[in-house]
Amino acid sequence: MAVATDKLNDLSPETGAGVIGVHGVTKRFPGVVAVDNVSLKFHPGEVHVLLGENGAGKSTLVGILSGLQEPDEGYLSLNGEKARLASPSASLDAGISTVFQHSMLVPTLTVLENLTLGAPWYQRPPRAQIAARMDELKREFALSLPLDAITGELSLGQQQQIEIARALLRDSKVLILDEATSMLTPQGAQELGERMQQLVKSGLAVIFITHKLAEAYRYGNRISVLKQGALAGEMGPEELKGMTEDEAVDEIVRLMFGREAGQTSTDHRASTARDQIALKVENLSTQGDADVMGLHDISLSLRAGEIVGIAGIDGNGQKQLAEAMAGQRALTSGRVELHGEDITGASVAQRRRKGLRYLTDDRLSEGSVGAFPISENTVLKDIGQPPFWVNGIERPNRIAEHARELIRTFSVRTPGEQTPIGRLSGGNIQKVLLGRELSGDARVVVFNKPTYGLDLQNIDASRQRIAEIAGRGLGVVLISTDLDELMALSDRIAVMEGGRIRGVVENDGTGEALRLRIGRMMAGEEEHKQATA
Amino acid sequence: MGGLLTEAFLSSLFTGAIVAAIPMLLAGLGEQMSEKAGVLNIGIEGMMLMGAYMGFLVAFKTESLWLGFLGGILGGVLVAIVMAVLCVRLGLNQIVIGIGLTLGVEGLTALLHHFQFSRTYPRLPAPERLNIPGLTDLPVIGPSLFGRHLIVYLALIAVAVLAYLYRRTNLGMTLRAAGERPAALDVAGGNVLGIRVFATLFTGGMAGLGGAYLANIGAGLFIPFMTGGAGFIGIVLAMLARGRPLWVLIGSLIFGAALSMTTALQVAGSNIPTDVIQMLPFAAVMLVLVLFGRRAKLPSALGAAYERGAR
Repeated sequence: MAVATDKLNDLSPETGAGVIGVHGVTKRFPGVVAVDNVSLKFHPGEVHVLLGENGAGKSTLVGILSGLQEPDEGYLSLNGEKARLASPSASLDAGISTVFQHSMLVPTLTVLENLTLGAPWYQRPPRAQIAARMDELKREFALSLPLDAITGELSLGQQQQIEIARALLRDSKVLILDEATSMLTPQGAQELGERMQQLVKSGLAVIFITHKLAEAYRYGNRISVLKQGALAGEMGPEELKGMTEDEAVDEIVRLMFGREAGQTSTDHRASTARDQIALKVENLSTQGDADVMGLHDISLSLRAGEIVGIAGIDGNGQKQLAEAMAGQRALTSGRVELHGEDITGASVAQRRRKGLRYLTDDRLSEGSVGAFPISENTVLKDIGQPPFWVNGIERPNRIAEHARELIRTFSVRTPGEQTPIGRLSGGNIQKVLLGRELSGDARVVVFNKPTYGLDLQNIDASRQRIAEIAGRGLGVVLISTDLDELMALSDRIAVMEGGRIRGVVENDGTGEALRLRIGRMMAGEEEHKQATA
Repeated sequence: MGGLLTEAFLSSLFTGAIVAAIPMLLAGLGEQMSEKAGVLNIGIEGMMLMGAYMGFLVAFKTESLWLGFLGGILGGVLVAIVMAVLCVRLGLNQIVIGIGLTLGVEGLTALLHHFQFSRTYPRLPAPERLNIPGLTDLPVIGPSLFGRHLIVYLALIAVAVLAYLYRRTNLGMTLRAAGERPAALDVAGGNVLGIRVFATLFTGGMAGLGGAYLANIGAGLFIPFMTGGAGFIGIVLAMLARGRPLWVLIGSLIFGAALSMTTALQVAGSNIPTDVIQMLPFAAVMLVLVLFGRRAKLPSALGAAYERGAR
């Protein structure tokens, strides 16, 4: 294998045969053409970005390259020869390693065990050897992992590093990163971008799947844009070098949407806050353990019509705070008030009826029942309630009508409301959940990463909806790891770090200075300057 | 009740406990492996019964207990092959197939036994025992703990071997991965179906051996339906043990003691009604389940067939 790699290194990326080729590949699923006659070549020494909206066929293409699915038409080639990747192990043997969008690690195994997973059963885990290789990787690519930790207890970012390390330990020639930055902090994404450049310098081909335009330009050497399963256009290294970021983004947007969409608006939303306090959290604490960070003494107040952003690096207690407010997590102390009424002891359902809504970020396991049709998922939190149930009897027509309305309003891409929600792409599931939480009589909505995994158009639409409901006088808690989003929407931004609120800043739209200040607080450097707001 | 703790009572209690425990231990160890790999093997009762029948038949015809044990393992594996093909390869429902196999084997062995032996129940000669000098002569516990057939000690060694295997080897890790997140094992280049087939066949072999022990050593004869739920108790043991072979051993001894209490109490001439005594093992199952069952953690993908790329 080493010989082949050397030979390919001598060829310039532009004229090289390409380490993997995709030739006229088509893949159909019931009701959908996921990939439509796509031809691509991936070259060593390049970060090749596959860019597209949700449902553009990126993940299916990844599935084909990693041996999970086989194309219905067309074929793949390896080093110029026609090849078949009939199973994941065939793909691995061909030197292709994939880091999937959803973690492909066994949560109950240790890091070391996950690194050796897939080795022949008769071998002993080569602990010393792996520890030595990990030391190398730590030096070269700044990958640092606790080998004996239980994988499920690590953060998502660390889990992703395990998967990258695993690919490197296998001496892969091609590394596929599927939506790899979606769970990372901005710094984490930056590091990953630098890591990718180091990897391609060592001769790898990196295939980087994303829907973030700026990332595509910053980290990629070549960009292919997919649109509804088909290849919409490609930008080579020479072309990209001659462009500024703005020009490149304009070009990509033109390819993706077929129209000139302006830069995502970073205009600061005008405040619609009223005097009335909508939600008040006082000295709230929760129990933490090895898996879950506890909250310490959190106080926050939210006015009607106000959006309070919660910034922070993923996993610093944001989810626990959201769950504590929604009543899903037991408090050890503190109190929660909704419009002046003490709801500390209220159940999840009581809080929901009183108008406190929570949109989870865990859309697959907590937010939806994958095997149920979309229609039932839209009323999952209203089971037994009129108008969908009357005297305990389900009214399927009303539920279906409600679901169709929701599908229209939130432009969910689906064959129909009876399709099991688990068959939809992540972004479309998120739209259904968003619709569910916004329906009915909401007074305060807690959003946990509401636009995570959505495509540009839907991110814009979602943000507009969030702004709209604040405009209607609802209080909004917006948890996000996307600082642009928070700065565009929030009246105030509270920064969480280590299960505490490190500070609350007025979002006056001062741009770069404010961003740096928030960044410092996120890293835990600027402590307790403003304890409460 | 004062005279209950006599030497005769304790001796028959210990002896009975071990005789009753070994089949459940073997079945529990087998079930534990297939549960680790994600296959809920309800057919284990049938595998055990087939093992008892084949084990007895071979031992009876060849007059060799060891060939009998081999026959028992083979019998269990035969049934397990059906399970592996239907549930692992074809992905059919594990519970339905498991129950079907158990019922089918119950009928099949009764029928075959009837053909071969009509209504007679021939006995095997008493098995030779491994006498450990000194220890076997100890009062009360001597004959019950140290004068057993070699297979008893092999079963105990299997506990240690399996514990090591689960903890320290790639095989153990692959098994756990197949039961916890098969997709992760698959994309890592492991063979999910292969390891599940292996685990299912291993369960069959262990259950068959347990059945052969039950017939050849425990009873010395084969009677249709003789396993009487020992395989199902193996499932309970595997569930309660949370992946630890040592806990299967402890659990099987507790259940074995409860079972042998039935005979031991009668030997001791207690005045507790027989009906109450015979209820003991099942009361023990329920008690243990209430006390420890709630916190038992089963593998995430247990009972779910694996299909690549399905979502």
